[in-house]
Amino acid sequence: MKTTTSATAGAIALALGLAGSAQAGTLEDVQARGVLNCVVSTGVAGFAYPDDAGKWHGFDVDFCRATAAAVLGDPEAIKAVTSTGKTRFTKLNAGEGDVLWRNTTITFSRDVGVKLRFHGVNYYDGQGFMVPKSLGISSAKELDGASVCIQTGTTTELNLADYFHSNGMKYEAVTIETNNEARQNYLAGRCDVYTTDASGLASTRSTFTDPENHVVLPEIISKEPLGPATRHGDDQWSDIVTWVLNATVTAEEKGVTSANVDDMMANSKDPEVLRLLGVEGNQGSELGLSADWAYNIIKSVGNYGEIFERNIGVNTPIGLARGLNALWTDGGLQYSPPFR
Amino acid sequence: MTESATAPRYAPGTHPDLPPPRRTTGVAGWMYKNLFSSPLNIALTVIGAFVLYSIVPPMLEWAFLKSIWTAESRVECWDKMEVPEEAACWAFIKGRLNIFIYGFYPEAERWRVNVSFVLLIFAVLPVLYDRLPQRKRWFWYVAAFPFLAGWLLVGGFGLTPVDTDQFGGFMLTLIIGVTGISFSLPIGIALALGRTSDLPALRILCVLFIEFIRGVPLIALLFVASTMLNYFLPPGTTFDLLMRVLIMVTLFSAAYIAEVVRGGLQGIPKGQVEAADSLGLPYWKAQRLIVLPQALKISIPGIVNTFIGLYKDTTLVLIIGMLDPLGIGNASLADAVWAGLAREVYLFIAVFFFLCCFGMSRYSLYLERKLHTGHEEI
Repeated sequence: MKTTTSATAGAIALALGLAGSAQAGTLEDVQARGVLNCVVSTGVAGFAYPDDAGKWHGFDVDFCRATAAAVLGDPEAIKAVTSTGKTRFTKLNAGEGDVLWRNTTITFSRDVGVKLRFHGVNYYDGQGFMVPKSLGISSAKELDGASVCIQTGTTTELNLADYFHSNGMKYEAVTIETNNEARQNYLAGRCDVYTTDASGLASTRSTFTDPENHVVLPEIISKEPLGPATRHGDDQWSDIVTWVLNATVTAEEKGVTSANVDDMMANSKDPEVLRLLGVEGNQGSELGLSADWAYNIIKSVGNYGEIFERNIGVNTPIGLARGLNALWTDGGLQYSPPFR
Repeated sequence: MTESATAPRYAPGTHPDLPPPRRTTGVAGWMYKNLFSSPLNIALTVIGAFVLYSIVPPMLEWAFLKSIWTAESRVECWDKMEVPEEAACWAFIKGRLNIFIYGFYPEAERWRVNVSFVLLIFAVLPVLYDRLPQRKRWFWYVAAFPFLAGWLLVGGFGLTPVDTDQFGGFMLTLIIGVTGISFSLPIGIALALGRTSDLPALRILCVLFIEFIRGVPLIALLFVASTMLNYFLPPGTTFDLLMRVLIMVTLFSAAYIAEVVRGGLQGIPKGQVEAADSLGLPYWKAQRLIVLPQALKISIPGIVNTFIGLYKDTTLVLIIGMLDPLGIGNASLADAVWAGLAREVYLFIAVFFFLCCFGMSRYSLYLERKLHTGHEEI
C-alpha cells in the first residue's frame, strides 16, 4: 500500500514537474504569440457576450483586454477561448487559455483542489431573490411556502436549501436548466420567486417588458467573490494578473481615468500615480513588462469604475449599483494594495 | 309519368354511365369519407379543427403578420409592437445572421467558407445523383474535396491561417455533420464486414470496438476528447479540439453504422454468398458485387436514421464550449441589447435542423424507391 502511494506521489510529482517546466514562461509564450488567450464564458449578460459582428464584450472581457494592453500593449490582441462551467479549468490547466476571466467564484476546493491561483476579486456577487411586486413581499424571511425557480446542479441550490432550513421555512423547488428557461417560467407564474446570483437577477430583470414591477429582495444569502485565475507554477505571470486588477482599482482610487491619464502623467504630483504610470520607479520592468503597462490599461480600457459602469453599471441595461464593489473609501470592498 | 315521357330512351346496353352517387366524389365525398364517416370521426374532426384553429392563427400572427424585421435593439422592437413581446422580433436573427452562419470566422476571409460550401454542393451531387454525365470522373473531385475544403477553411499554403476555434454556427454543424457522415460510412461498413468475418482476431477486435463505443454516451466521448486527452498527451502539445471532436463523432457514428450494416448483411440469404463462391469469386469481389449492394440497399433506412441522429447530435459540442448554432444563440441572448428573445432563436435553429433532416429523410425515400427491384411488396 505504502509503495503504491509513494509511487503515485512520485508519478504526480513527475507529471507536475513536467507541466511546470513546459509552462514556466507564459509571459514569453504570450509575447511570442502576440495574442492573449482568455478563458471566458459562452455568454453571461454584461460579463461576456458577442455583439452582432462577433466581437466579444463585457466586464470580464474588458479585464482580458486590460491584461492584453499590459502585456502586449494592444487591448484588441485577445482571443476568447469560450468554455462552459464544466470545461473552464481544464482549458486553463491544459494551456489552451493563459488566464481565466470568467465570472468564477473563488472557493477553497478550486484554489487548492483544482490547483489554480486566484488573484483578487473583480466582482463581489451573492445569491439573491427576485419576486413580483404584486406579492407585496419585502424580505426573504416572508417566503415561507413559496415556489422557487432554481438552476439545478449549482451552489445556489445548496445555499437555498440551507437558508430555508436555518430559518425554519419550507419551499417548493421548480428546477430549471438555464437562465432563459427561468425567465419564461418566472414570467408565466410557474414560480413565485427566482433565485440566482444578484448580478444574474438584475440582468434577467432588465429583459422584462415591465422591470419596474419586480423587486430584488435585500437579503443576500451567499458569498460569491468572482475573480481571475491562472495555473500553478508560473509566479511571474500570476503577479502580472494580480497587478493588472490592482492597477485598475488604484487608478480609480487616484482619479486616473482614460480621459485624463495623459494629463495625470504630465502634471500629477502624487508619487503613487507617477509610479503607477511608469514615470518614476521601475515597476514595469520588475514585472517583465514595459514601463507604460498600466498607462496602456487605463488609456485603452479605463479604470475599475469605468469598466464597471460601461458594462454593468446603472446606466446599462443590466443596471447594477456599485454596492459591495464600490471602492473601500466609498463603503465598498474594492481595495488595492499600494503601488510602492 | 311525365318523367318517363321526357327522358330519352336508349337501346339496351347503350345507356351512358350514371354519375357516381352524391357524397362519394369531390370535396364533399372526400370530407365525408375521411372526416365525418362516423360519430367518433365527427368528434375527432371537430376537436382537431378546434385545436388547429387555436394554434395556427396565433402562430402565424406571432411569426409573420405582427413580427418586426428591422430594429436596432429589443427595446426598439417592442416599441414597434402594439403590446410589447406580442410578436416575433426577427430583427435580432437578421442582425446576427452572419455569426449564426460563420461563427467568429474573420470577416475578410468569409468568402472561403462560401466557396467551400459551393464546392460541397458539387461534391455531393455526383454521390446523390447517379445520372450525372461523366460521373466516374467526378469521383476524383469528390475524393479530393475534403482536402480542398480543409485547406480553404483552415488556411496555410498561401491563405491566411484561421484557428479552428474561430469556427462556429451553421458552418460548424455542417463541418462536423458532413465529415462524420462521409467518413463513418466506409469505416462502419469495414467494421460490419470485420464483425461477420471468419478471422477470429479481426472479429474480436471489431466486436470490442463496436461494443465499447455503443456502451458509452457521445457526450462522454466528447468530454474525453476535450478534457482527458490533454492529460494523456505530453504537456505543451495541443491537438486541435475540432479535430478531436471530428474523430470522436466519426468513430461514434461508425459503430452504429456497423450494426445497421450487419443487420443488412444478415438479411441476405446464405444462398447468395454460396452462389458467389460457386462462381469462384474471391472474397472482396463477392462482397463488392453481390453481398454489399443488396445489404446496403436494405440498410438504407437505418443508415439514414443514424446520419440524422448524428447530425442532430452535433449540437452536443455546445457542452464542451464550442459555439454551434445553439451556442451562438445562447451567447447572443447574453447580449443585453437583445436578451430575452429566446423563442426567436430556438425556433430559427429548429427550422434549420428540420430542413436538413427532412431533406435527408426524403432523399432516403427516393433512394429506396429507385433501388426497389420488386422483391417485396410495397
